[in-house]
Amino acid sequence: MPAASYAGTEVTVNDEGFFTDPGQWTEAMAPDIASREGITELTDRHWQVIKLMRHEYEAKGTGPTVRALGKTSGVSIKELYELFPKGPAKIAAKIAGIPKPRGCI
Amino acid sequence: MAAKIEKVSIIISKGSLEGIYPGLIMANGARAEGIEANLFFTFFGLDTIHKARHEHIKLATVGNPGLHLATWAGGLPGVASVMTHYMTHKMDQLDIPSIPEFIEMIADTGAGLYGCKASADLFGLTKDDLIDQVKDIITVGEFYDLAAGGEIIFT
Repeated sequence: MPAASYAGTEVTVNDEGFFTDPGQWTEAMAPDIASREGITELTDRHWQVIKLMRHEYEAKGTGPTVRALGKTSGVSIKELYELFPKGPAKIAAKIAGIPKPRGCI
Repeated sequence: MAAKIEKVSIIISKGSLEGIYPGLIMANGARAEGIEANLFFTFFGLDTIHKARHEHIKLATVGNPGLHLATWAGGLPGVASVMTHYMTHKMDQLDIPSIPEFIEMIADTGAGLYGCKASADLFGLTKDDLIDQVKDIITVGEFYDLAAGGEIIFT
């Protein structure tokens, strides 16, 4: 299992860089993960999405897809793609330290 | 790991429910993966972005053996509407958006929507007949320019 180091702490991730143990994640790691995904600053809007990802994962065992995010996060699809241009659900999940959400829509 | 797909151009050429959804799902899915995506609507696929028609897309109940319905039964009046209603209801339960909503969502993801000039000419359509999210009506040559450097998927 590959390892990554965020905010000075070593964590285990899969081949795509998603946390294999979301329990290892801390909020302090988020800016570090984000910058490696090309997001230089995490705004309140980013955090709104990241926190929802964590919350949904803890409640349901899986993160929401982009469509679900658009409906529940209070952030429109358009803005989600502005915040996370490389794929909102995918990148926000990575920053939130949860597995990649699975879903076709 | 194999090289990643960076860009796709998806052609939608059919105007039936089952002819349209796969291309939309692939375009939306591409954007969700951070892949650049453009959609090109040609022939009856133009109905997908036609203001007056995209809310009335029907499932093909004739000539569709996958439906496991006798062809003569599929042709009876109202059958296409009933089957379409049934299918869209099932899709709604799975939170699959309707075609107008899906198209709007895909445009919001930053994917480009384009109509085919030859088809628009054939059906006597102009940009005013198409939904506002459509960027342009383009020729096949312009499509290839747009598609350069990526994968082309025909549906």
